Amino acid sequence: MSSLSRDDVAKLAALARIEMTEEELVSLSSQFGMILGAVARVQEMDLTGVVATSHPQPIENITRPDVIVASLTPEQALSGAPAREDARFRVPQILGEAE
Amino acid sequence: MINKTAAEMAGALAKGETTSVALTQAHLDQISAVDSKVKAFLHVDTAGALAQAKSVDAKIAAGEKLSPLAGVPLALKDILAQEGIPTTAGSKILEGWKPPYDSTVVAKLKAAGIVILGKTNMDEFAMGSSTENSSYGPTFNPWDLSRTPGGSSGGSAAAVSSFQAPIAIGSDTGGSIRQPAALTGIVGVRPTYGAVSRYGLIAYSSSLDQAGPFGRTVLDTALLHEVIAGHDAKDATSVNAPVPAVVAAAKSGDVKGMKIGVIKQLQGEGYQKGVQTRFAESLQILAGLGAEIIEVDCPSFEYALAAYYLIAPSECSSNLARFDAMRYGLRMGDGPGASAESVMNATRAAGFGKEVKRRIILGTYALSSGYYDAYYGSAQKIRTLIIQDYAKAFTKADVLVSPTAPTTAYKIGEKVDDPMAMYLGDVATIPVNLAGICGMSLPAGLADEDNLPVGFQIMAPAMQDQRLYQTGAALEAALLSKWGAPLLTKAPALGGVR
Repeated sequence: MSSLSRDDVAKLAALARIEMTEEELVSLSSQFGMILGAVARVQEMDLTGVVATSHPQPIENITRPDVIVASLTPEQALSGAPAREDARFRVPQILGEAE
Repeated sequence: MINKTAAEMAGALAKGETTSVALTQAHLDQISAVDSKVKAFLHVDTAGALAQAKSVDAKIAAGEKLSPLAGVPLALKDILAQEGIPTTAGSKILEGWKPPYDSTVVAKLKAAGIVILGKTNMDEFAMGSSTENSSYGPTFNPWDLSRTPGGSSGGSAAAVSSFQAPIAIGSDTGGSIRQPAALTGIVGVRPTYGAVSRYGLIAYSSSLDQAGPFGRTVLDTALLHEVIAGHDAKDATSVNAPVPAVVAAAKSGDVKGMKIGVIKQLQGEGYQKGVQTRFAESLQILAGLGAEIIEVDCPSFEYALAAYYLIAPSECSSNLARFDAMRYGLRMGDGPGASAESVMNATRAAGFGKEVKRRIILGTYALSSGYYDAYYGSAQKIRTLIIQDYAKAFTKADVLVSPTAPTTAYKIGEKVDDPMAMYLGDVATIPVNLAGICGMSLPAGLADEDNLPVGFQIMAPAMQDQRLYQTGAALEAALLSKWGAPLLTKAPALGGVR
């Protein structure tokens, strides 16, 4: 289990939306043998009955009164946009032809 | 003037012996003189810094009551959003991005009249321990330009240790403030998780990230800590409690009767000889000052590194999904026939560096169905055991100590192709992050074999940050009288003024 094939890495890269060259796939796959071997040590301990911690402090939902407060203007919000049209972000086609 | 402490600079400003403009200009001159060699800064905001300094000078002249660090210059890690100033997190995917807002840390710095000189280099998205993973090239250690300053806040640490700024802000997810502080011979503190707002801090691993101060003295670091800490409604994980009295603690520096626990698992094998020697010497000094030194056992710490390198990549794979080429940052491959997905794939391929891709893929794997329980789930349980180990240790000791890093600064390029070797450098700092407690690194001297700085790490329970400063100040004063001069007087001047 502690290794990833070139095809495994390709599948993960597709899930993570990162295009990878053949060289990157092969190199990552060879590095993962070692990295997964090291991190798989977490399975060595008997963890029966141990509760998982997702966060270092007790957290709870925090709400505020539903009142209008200052926020970014449309101009500020769009200031870093790679492409825009009027007061909107312009994005590439999201749905395929058949959809 | 630039070799003074921040506290001394602030004192000189209050007495009218100098102006913030003169102080700021002196640091800008030092940046011009040495930063072509050190490469601590990604962006120097000359005009903005001088304008800010001028406005502080006007307030001082008008007799306004200002904060203790008003008019003192600072270097800011490029992970914190500053309105209108390029903010990249060391990544090509954010090249040219200018945030439309200030992070809470920046807002607090500005309100305190602290002059922001510019943005400092870092490992891309804080993923790394040497600053070599910056997409803009590495930062060089002022003690030896062929070596790394550590990371990920290597730019901030190098700026302070080469007198380009008296104080700086870093962030610490697995040791990224404490380890570069150790490798460059300065003081760095990772405050308790939630003590400093994460609003506007570009997220790497949200349950571990925490911004914190760098300084050349324990007191300077405490003064900056008090400026940036405090509850913030804009960060849902911000601790709603009074800021610990860290400045008062740094001024008292008394360890008489204090119990100091040496963590059995964070010493011995794997630690460079000179690191061990300086660590043992500091313990002796603390004992001589009246502290009781005991040993504590934290058996689950052996698994901390493995747990960290599952939890942090898992959280990063989720956090970095926001870099989708749609709203800000780089966009590649747009045009006729392009889809949102093809643009995302191309943009993230071009915009992210090697280590970031490695961690995103590792996190995607650790969170994938079928492997979640074995990897991420187990790591979260190890995290619980680490918290329990600390809790038990803190019933026996007021603070815990260890060397900050197993080695002194290593050569640029030495570990860059061996991720596991690089990760091992974080072995002593990571447990603090997993438990959400606080930690300090302060200089303990130079290793005999290479004359490079060694860091002494102090750890305290959550929201007991003042204990770090109390212990650190006592050790610092004793070491200073032993050395006869600050450690940094032994570092090369690099052609700058000192």
